[in-house]
Amino acid sequence: MTRIKGAELSRRDFLRSGAAVASATLAPGVTLIAFGGSQAQAAADAGKRWGLLIDAGKCDADCSACVSACRDENGWGGHGDADRDAQWIRKVTLQHKATGHETTMPVMCQHCAEPPCVDVCPTGASFKRVDGIVLVDKHTCIGCRYCMMACPFKARSFVHEPVVNQKSHAPRGQGTVESCTLCVHRVDAGGTPACVEACAGAGYEAILFGDLNDPDSQISKRLAEYPSAALRPDLNLGQGVRYANL
Amino acid sequence: MVRLLLPLVLMLAAGMSAAGDRSSLWPDVPKATGAPHAEGNAYWRKHHMEMMRHDRDLTMRDGDRMIAASLKGCFDCHTVTDETGATVTYASEKHFCRSCHDFAAVKVDCFMCHRSTPDGVDETVDHAALTDRRAGDILAYLRAIGEGGE
Repeated sequence: MTRIKGAELSRRDFLRSGAAVASATLAPGVTLIAFGGSQAQAAADAGKRWGLLIDAGKCDADCSACVSACRDENGWGGHGDADRDAQWIRKVTLQHKATGHETTMPVMCQHCAEPPCVDVCPTGASFKRVDGIVLVDKHTCIGCRYCMMACPFKARSFVHEPVVNQKSHAPRGQGTVESCTLCVHRVDAGGTPACVEACAGAGYEAILFGDLNDPDSQISKRLAEYPSAALRPDLNLGQGVRYANL
Repeated sequence: MVRLLLPLVLMLAAGMSAAGDRSSLWPDVPKATGAPHAEGNAYWRKHHMEMMRHDRDLTMRDGDRMIAASLKGCFDCHTVTDETGATVTYASEKHFCRSCHDFAAVKVDCFMCHRSTPDGVDETVDHAALTDRRAGDILAYLRAIGEGGE
Protein backbone atom coordinates (compact mmCIF):
# COMPACT_ATOMS: atom_id res chain seq x y z
CA MET A 1 0.00 0.00 0.00
CA THR A 2 1.89 3.08 -1.19
CA ARG A 3 0.81 6.44 0.05
CA ILE A 4 2.08 9.68 -1.35
CA LYS A 5 3.29 11.58 1.67
CA GLY A 6 4.80 14.51 -0.19
CA ALA A 7 1.54 15.47 -1.80
CA GLU A 8 -0.18 16.24 1.46
CA LEU A 9 -1.69 19.67 1.78
CA SER A 10 -4.14 20.64 4.42
CA ARG A 11 -7.55 21.50 3.07
CA ARG A 12 -7.12 25.10 4.13
CA ASP A 13 -3.73 25.47 2.46
CA PHE A 14 -5.12 24.00 -0.67
CA LEU A 15 -8.12 26.29 -0.79
CA ARG A 16 -6.01 29.34 -0.07
CA SER A 17 -3.53 28.72 -2.85
CA GLY A 18 -5.56 29.85 -5.81
CA ALA A 19 -2.88 28.81 -8.31
CA ALA A 20 -2.91 25.23 -7.11
CA VAL A 21 -6.67 25.10 -7.40
CA ALA A 22 -6.65 26.58 -10.89
CA SER A 23 -4.16 24.06 -12.20
CA ALA A 24 -5.98 21.21 -10.49
CA THR A 25 -9.22 22.13 -12.14
CA LEU A 26 -7.57 22.61 -15.51
CA ALA A 27 -6.84 18.91 -15.63
CA PRO A 28 -10.03 17.24 -14.48
CA GLY A 29 -10.96 13.63 -14.91
CA VAL A 30 -13.28 12.76 -17.75
CA THR A 31 -16.90 13.35 -16.95
CA LEU A 32 -19.43 12.08 -19.40
CA ILE A 33 -22.74 13.85 -19.21
CA ALA A 34 -25.33 11.84 -21.05
CA PHE A 35 -27.78 13.64 -23.31
CA GLY A 36 -31.42 14.23 -22.56
CA GLY A 37 -30.93 15.54 -19.03
CA SER A 38 -29.79 12.20 -17.64
CA GLN A 39 -26.53 12.76 -15.83
CA ALA A 40 -25.44 9.17 -15.31
CA GLN A 41 -21.69 9.33 -15.39
CA ALA A 42 -18.99 7.13 -16.80
CA ALA A 43 -16.61 7.53 -13.86
CA ALA A 44 -16.01 9.39 -10.64
CA ASP A 45 -14.20 12.65 -11.41
CA ALA A 46 -10.66 12.72 -10.02
CA GLY A 47 -10.67 16.51 -10.32
CA LYS A 48 -13.42 16.78 -7.72
CA ARG A 49 -13.27 16.49 -3.96
CA TRP A 50 -16.72 16.17 -2.51
CA GLY A 51 -17.28 17.57 0.94
CA LEU A 52 -19.76 18.92 3.43
CA LEU A 53 -19.73 22.06 5.51
CA ILE A 54 -21.90 21.71 8.59
CA ASP A 55 -22.87 24.90 10.37
CA ALA A 56 -23.45 23.87 13.98
CA GLY A 57 -24.87 27.32 14.64
CA LYS A 58 -27.80 26.59 12.35
CA CYS A 59 -28.39 23.05 13.60
CA ASP A 60 -31.49 22.72 15.79
CA ALA A 61 -31.15 20.46 18.83
CA ASP A 62 -34.69 19.15 18.40
CA CYS A 63 -34.41 18.41 14.71
CA SER A 64 -33.22 15.10 13.30
CA ALA A 65 -34.39 15.51 9.73
CA CYS A 66 -30.94 14.60 8.38
CA VAL A 67 -30.87 11.34 10.32
CA SER A 68 -34.31 10.19 9.26
CA ALA A 69 -33.72 11.28 5.66
CA CYS A 70 -30.53 9.20 5.58
CA ARG A 71 -32.33 6.24 7.09
CA ASP A 72 -35.12 6.44 4.55
CA GLU A 73 -32.78 7.00 1.62
CA ASN A 74 -30.40 4.18 2.43
CA GLY A 75 -32.73 1.86 4.30
CA TRP A 76 -30.71 1.27 7.46
CA GLY A 77 -33.66 1.51 9.83
CA GLY A 78 -33.00 -1.19 12.40
CA HIS A 79 -34.83 -3.13 15.04
CA GLY A 80 -34.99 -0.40 17.68
CA ASP A 81 -31.98 -1.92 19.38
CA ALA A 82 -29.48 0.91 19.88
CA ASP A 83 -26.64 -1.46 20.75
CA ARG A 84 -26.76 -3.31 17.49
CA ASP A 85 -28.51 -1.10 14.95
CA ALA A 86 -26.49 0.60 12.24
CA GLN A 87 -26.02 4.34 12.45
CA TRP A 88 -24.73 6.06 9.34
CA ILE A 89 -25.34 9.50 10.80
CA ARG A 90 -26.12 10.60 14.34
CA LYS A 91 -26.88 13.81 16.15
CA VAL A 92 -24.15 14.64 18.67
CA THR A 93 -24.53 17.21 21.44
CA LEU A 94 -21.46 18.87 22.93
CA GLN A 95 -21.55 20.79 26.18
CA HIS A 96 -18.92 23.36 27.03
CA LYS A 97 -17.68 22.46 30.50
CA ALA A 98 -17.10 26.04 31.64
CA THR A 99 -20.17 27.76 30.23
CA GLY A 100 -22.64 24.92 29.88
CA HIS A 101 -23.38 26.02 26.32
CA GLU A 102 -24.65 23.18 24.19
CA THR A 103 -23.83 22.68 20.54
CA THR A 104 -25.57 20.07 18.46
CA MET A 105 -24.57 18.75 15.05
CA PRO A 106 -24.79 15.71 12.83
CA VAL A 107 -21.71 13.46 12.65
CA MET A 108 -21.23 10.93 9.89
CA CYS A 109 -18.30 9.50 7.94
CA GLN A 110 -15.93 12.45 7.57
CA HIS A 111 -14.60 11.22 4.20
CA CYS A 112 -10.97 11.74 5.15
CA ALA A 113 -8.25 12.39 2.60
CA GLU A 114 -6.11 10.00 4.66
CA PRO A 115 -8.73 7.57 5.95
CA PRO A 116 -7.53 5.34 8.81
CA CYS A 117 -10.25 2.82 7.90
CA VAL A 118 -8.61 2.32 4.51
CA ASP A 119 -5.16 1.96 6.08
CA VAL A 120 -6.21 -0.89 8.33
CA CYS A 121 -8.51 -2.84 6.01
CA PRO A 122 -6.92 -6.25 5.40
CA THR A 123 -8.87 -7.02 2.23
CA GLY A 124 -8.99 -3.67 0.47
CA ALA A 125 -12.75 -3.49 0.94
CA SER A 126 -12.48 -0.09 2.60
CA PHE A 127 -11.39 2.36 -0.05
CA LYS A 128 -11.43 5.97 -1.16
CA ARG A 129 -12.82 6.91 -4.54
CA VAL A 130 -10.84 9.35 -6.67
CA ASP A 131 -13.35 12.07 -5.83
CA GLY A 132 -12.73 11.63 -2.10
CA ILE A 133 -15.75 9.54 -1.12
CA VAL A 134 -14.80 6.79 1.32
CA LEU A 135 -16.77 3.57 0.84
CA VAL A 136 -16.93 -0.08 1.84
CA ASP A 137 -16.91 -2.59 -0.99
CA LYS A 138 -19.10 -5.22 0.64
CA HIS A 139 -18.14 -7.75 -2.00
CA THR A 140 -14.73 -7.98 -0.34
CA CYS A 141 -15.60 -6.98 3.26
CA ILE A 142 -15.08 -9.89 5.62
CA GLY A 143 -16.63 -8.12 8.61
CA CYS A 144 -13.46 -8.01 10.71
CA ARG A 145 -14.35 -4.51 11.96
CA TYR A 146 -10.77 -3.21 12.06
CA CYS A 147 -12.04 -0.09 10.30
CA MET A 148 -14.57 0.48 13.07
CA MET A 149 -11.72 0.41 15.58
CA ALA A 150 -9.60 2.72 13.46
CA CYS A 151 -12.24 5.37 12.81
CA PRO A 152 -11.87 8.23 15.33
CA PHE A 153 -15.45 9.32 14.66
CA LYS A 154 -17.24 6.01 15.26
CA ALA A 155 -18.73 6.53 11.85
CA ARG A 156 -18.97 2.90 10.86
CA SER A 157 -21.48 0.25 11.85
CA PHE A 158 -21.49 -3.51 11.63
CA VAL A 159 -24.59 -5.25 10.35
CA HIS A 160 -25.34 -7.90 12.95
CA GLU A 161 -28.56 -9.32 11.63
CA PRO A 162 -29.95 -10.47 8.29
CA VAL A 163 -31.30 -7.61 6.22
CA VAL A 164 -34.20 -7.76 3.80
CA ASN A 165 -35.94 -5.24 1.58
CA GLN A 166 -32.80 -3.20 0.92
CA LYS A 167 -32.79 -0.28 -1.48
CA SER A 168 -31.39 -1.28 -4.85
CA HIS A 169 -28.97 1.67 -4.72
CA ALA A 170 -27.80 0.83 -1.19
CA PRO A 171 -27.20 -2.91 -0.83
CA ARG A 172 -26.41 -3.94 2.73
CA GLY A 173 -26.14 -7.30 4.41
CA GLN A 174 -25.28 -9.21 7.53
CA GLY A 175 -21.60 -9.56 8.37
CA THR A 176 -20.37 -6.44 6.61
CA VAL A 177 -19.42 -2.96 7.78
CA GLU A 178 -21.13 0.10 6.41
CA SER A 179 -21.17 3.85 6.79
CA CYS A 180 -22.27 7.08 5.16
CA THR A 181 -21.66 6.90 1.41
CA LEU A 182 -22.21 10.63 0.92
CA CYS A 183 -25.22 9.32 -1.03
CA VAL A 184 -22.84 8.32 -3.79
CA HIS A 185 -25.70 7.12 -5.98
CA ARG A 186 -27.23 10.60 -5.90
CA VAL A 187 -23.89 12.38 -6.32
CA ASP A 188 -23.09 10.25 -9.37
CA ALA A 189 -26.42 11.27 -10.83
CA GLY A 190 -25.60 14.93 -10.29
CA GLY A 191 -27.61 15.28 -7.07
CA THR A 192 -26.88 16.13 -3.45
CA PRO A 193 -26.94 13.86 -0.38
CA ALA A 194 -30.29 13.18 1.26
CA CYS A 195 -29.27 14.81 4.58
CA VAL A 196 -28.40 18.08 2.82
CA GLU A 197 -31.74 18.11 1.07
CA ALA A 198 -33.64 17.26 4.26
CA CYS A 199 -31.87 19.96 6.29
CA ALA A 200 -32.74 22.56 3.67
CA GLY A 201 -36.28 21.17 3.52
CA ALA A 202 -36.61 21.60 7.28
CA GLY A 203 -35.61 25.24 6.82
CA TYR A 204 -32.19 25.17 8.51
CA GLU A 205 -29.73 24.84 5.63
CA ALA A 206 -27.06 23.84 8.13
CA ILE A 207 -25.38 21.36 5.75
CA LEU A 208 -23.73 22.52 2.56
CA PHE A 209 -22.55 20.04 -0.06
CA GLY A 210 -20.11 20.74 -2.85
CA ASP A 211 -16.78 20.36 -4.58
CA LEU A 212 -13.93 21.51 -2.36
CA ASN A 213 -11.59 21.59 -5.37
CA ASP A 214 -13.71 24.11 -7.21
CA PRO A 215 -12.86 27.60 -5.93
CA ASP A 216 -16.15 28.92 -7.33
CA SER A 217 -18.36 26.41 -5.54
CA GLN A 218 -20.54 27.73 -2.74
CA ILE A 219 -18.85 25.49 -0.20
CA SER A 220 -15.34 26.65 -1.15
CA LYS A 221 -16.37 30.29 -0.97
CA ARG A 222 -17.98 29.79 2.42
CA LEU A 223 -14.91 27.95 3.70
CA ALA A 224 -12.64 30.72 2.48
CA GLU A 225 -14.79 33.42 4.02
CA TYR A 226 -15.67 32.01 7.43
CA PRO A 227 -13.69 29.97 9.95
CA SER A 228 -14.33 26.25 10.09
CA ALA A 229 -12.71 23.23 11.65
CA ALA A 230 -12.28 19.55 11.05
CA LEU A 231 -13.07 17.26 13.99
CA ARG A 232 -9.92 15.98 15.71
CA PRO A 233 -7.62 18.31 13.74
CA ASP A 234 -4.68 16.81 15.65
CA LEU A 235 -4.97 13.67 13.53
CA ASN A 236 -4.37 15.49 10.22
CA LEU A 237 -6.82 13.33 8.32
CA GLY A 238 -7.87 16.00 5.84
CA GLN A 239 -11.57 15.40 6.26
CA GLY A 240 -14.02 16.27 3.51
CA VAL A 241 -16.55 17.17 6.22
CA ARG A 242 -15.89 20.41 8.09
CA TYR A 243 -17.77 22.19 10.85
CA ALA A 244 -18.48 25.88 11.41
CA ASN A 245 -19.54 27.53 14.67
CA LEU A 246 -18.50 24.58 16.81
CA MET B 1 -31.68 -54.27 -33.51
CA VAL B 2 -31.54 -50.78 -34.96
CA ARG B 3 -34.79 -51.43 -36.75
CA LEU B 4 -36.39 -52.25 -33.46
CA LEU B 5 -34.89 -49.38 -31.51
CA LEU B 6 -35.37 -46.59 -34.01
CA PRO B 7 -39.18 -46.52 -33.89
CA LEU B 8 -38.95 -46.75 -30.12
CA VAL B 9 -36.65 -43.73 -29.93
CA LEU B 10 -38.81 -41.81 -32.37
CA MET B 11 -41.90 -42.62 -30.32
CA LEU B 12 -40.22 -41.45 -27.16
CA ALA B 13 -39.08 -38.23 -28.81
CA ALA B 14 -42.56 -37.58 -30.12
CA GLY B 15 -44.01 -38.23 -26.69
CA MET B 16 -41.61 -35.77 -25.09
CA SER B 17 -42.29 -33.02 -27.55
CA ALA B 18 -45.98 -33.52 -27.05
CA ALA B 19 -45.68 -33.28 -23.26
CA GLY B 20 -43.38 -30.26 -23.42
CA ASP B 21 -40.25 -29.08 -25.15
CA ARG B 22 -37.96 -30.69 -22.65
CA SER B 23 -37.82 -33.31 -19.97
CA SER B 24 -39.40 -32.17 -16.72
CA LEU B 25 -36.00 -32.46 -15.10
CA TRP B 26 -34.73 -29.40 -16.96
CA PRO B 27 -35.09 -26.03 -15.25
CA ASP B 28 -38.18 -24.14 -16.25
CA VAL B 29 -36.66 -20.76 -17.08
CA PRO B 30 -39.28 -18.03 -16.73
CA LYS B 31 -39.98 -15.89 -19.77
CA ALA B 32 -38.51 -12.40 -19.67
CA THR B 33 -40.04 -9.14 -20.82
CA GLY B 34 -38.29 -6.44 -22.79
CA ALA B 35 -35.80 -6.63 -25.63
CA PRO B 36 -33.68 -9.80 -25.86
CA HIS B 37 -29.96 -9.69 -25.11
CA ALA B 38 -27.97 -8.64 -28.15
CA GLU B 39 -25.29 -11.20 -27.31
CA GLY B 40 -27.85 -13.99 -27.20
CA ASN B 41 -29.15 -16.02 -24.29
CA ALA B 42 -26.45 -18.68 -24.54
CA TYR B 43 -23.75 -16.06 -24.02
CA TRP B 44 -25.51 -14.58 -21.01
CA ARG B 45 -26.19 -17.96 -19.45
CA LYS B 46 -22.51 -18.71 -19.52
CA HIS B 47 -21.00 -15.30 -18.80
CA HIS B 48 -23.50 -13.38 -16.64
CA MET B 49 -21.44 -13.71 -13.49
CA GLU B 50 -18.20 -12.51 -15.09
CA MET B 51 -20.05 -9.57 -16.61
CA MET B 52 -21.72 -8.61 -13.35
CA ARG B 53 -18.54 -9.07 -11.36
CA HIS B 54 -16.60 -6.90 -13.78
CA ASP B 55 -19.21 -4.17 -13.92
CA ARG B 56 -19.89 -4.15 -10.19
CA ASP B 57 -16.24 -3.22 -9.66
CA LEU B 58 -16.51 -0.47 -12.24
CA THR B 59 -19.52 0.98 -10.45
CA MET B 60 -18.35 0.41 -6.91
CA ARG B 61 -14.71 1.47 -7.32
CA ASP B 62 -14.75 3.92 -10.21
CA GLY B 63 -18.26 5.32 -9.95
CA ASP B 64 -19.11 4.20 -13.47
CA ARG B 65 -22.88 4.19 -13.70
CA MET B 66 -23.13 3.56 -17.45
CA ILE B 67 -22.46 -0.15 -17.27
CA ALA B 68 -23.81 -3.10 -19.21
CA ALA B 69 -24.59 -5.62 -16.51
CA SER B 70 -26.14 -4.99 -13.11
CA LEU B 71 -28.39 -6.96 -10.80
CA LYS B 72 -30.79 -4.04 -10.75
CA GLY B 73 -30.84 -4.16 -14.54
CA CYS B 74 -31.64 -7.90 -14.52
CA PHE B 75 -34.90 -7.32 -12.71
CA ASP B 76 -36.07 -4.78 -15.26
CA CYS B 77 -36.95 -7.79 -17.41
CA HIS B 78 -36.46 -10.91 -15.31
CA THR B 79 -39.16 -10.60 -12.70
CA VAL B 80 -41.50 -13.47 -12.00
CA THR B 81 -44.98 -13.23 -10.55
CA ASP B 82 -46.82 -15.96 -8.69
CA GLU B 83 -50.46 -17.06 -9.05
CA THR B 84 -51.67 -14.01 -7.12
CA GLY B 85 -49.74 -11.65 -9.36
CA ALA B 86 -47.23 -10.73 -6.66
CA THR B 87 -43.56 -10.45 -7.62
CA VAL B 88 -41.64 -13.37 -6.16
CA THR B 89 -38.40 -12.87 -4.24
CA TYR B 90 -35.37 -15.11 -3.99
CA ALA B 91 -37.21 -16.94 -1.21
CA SER B 92 -39.41 -18.53 -3.87
CA GLU B 93 -38.37 -21.44 -6.05
CA LYS B 94 -39.91 -19.60 -8.98
CA HIS B 95 -37.44 -16.70 -8.78
CA PHE B 96 -35.62 -16.21 -12.08
CA CYS B 97 -32.18 -16.82 -10.60
CA ARG B 98 -33.27 -19.83 -8.62
CA SER B 99 -34.84 -21.60 -11.56
CA CYS B 100 -31.38 -22.43 -12.89
CA HIS B 101 -29.28 -22.13 -9.76
CA ASP B 102 -31.36 -24.70 -7.88
CA PHE B 103 -30.94 -27.03 -10.83
CA ALA B 104 -27.18 -26.48 -10.97
CA ALA B 105 -26.90 -26.56 -7.16
CA VAL B 106 -24.94 -23.30 -7.17
CA LYS B 107 -25.67 -21.06 -4.20
CA VAL B 108 -26.25 -17.39 -4.96
CA ASP B 109 -24.84 -15.02 -2.35
CA CYS B 110 -25.88 -11.81 -4.12
CA PHE B 111 -29.15 -11.55 -2.24
CA MET B 112 -27.59 -11.44 1.18
CA CYS B 113 -27.05 -7.74 0.42
CA HIS B 114 -28.93 -7.00 -2.79
CA ARG B 115 -32.68 -7.11 -3.16
CA SER B 116 -33.99 -9.80 -5.48
CA THR B 117 -36.89 -7.78 -6.88
CA PRO B 118 -37.26 -4.31 -8.41
CA ASP B 119 -37.51 -1.36 -6.03
CA GLY B 120 -40.97 -0.90 -4.60
CA VAL B 121 -41.75 -4.58 -4.02
CA ASP B 122 -42.05 -5.39 -0.32
CA GLU B 123 -39.76 -8.33 0.39
CA THR B 124 -40.35 -8.34 4.15
CA VAL B 125 -43.06 -11.01 4.27
CA ASP B 126 -41.27 -13.42 1.95
CA HIS B 127 -38.13 -13.24 4.02
CA ALA B 128 -39.85 -13.31 7.41
CA ALA B 129 -37.95 -16.45 8.37
CA LEU B 130 -34.66 -14.58 7.94
CA THR B 131 -35.65 -11.72 10.17
CA ASP B 132 -37.26 -13.79 12.90
CA ARG B 133 -35.38 -12.40 15.87
CA ARG B 134 -36.08 -15.45 18.01
CA ALA B 135 -33.70 -17.37 15.77
CA GLY B 136 -30.85 -15.20 17.01
CA ASP B 137 -31.90 -15.20 20.63
CA ILE B 138 -31.24 -18.56 22.23
CA LEU B 139 -32.78 -17.51 25.56
CA ALA B 140 -36.06 -16.49 23.96
CA TYR B 141 -36.06 -19.71 22.01
CA LEU B 142 -35.54 -21.83 25.12
CA ARG B 143 -38.20 -19.86 26.95
CA ALA B 144 -40.66 -20.44 24.12
CA ILE B 145 -39.91 -24.14 24.22
CA GLY B 146 -40.32 -24.14 28.01
CA GLU B 147 -43.71 -22.44 27.78
CA GLY B 148 -44.75 -24.98 25.21
CA GLY B 149 -44.58 -27.61 27.98
CA GLU B 150 -41.73 -29.52 26.46
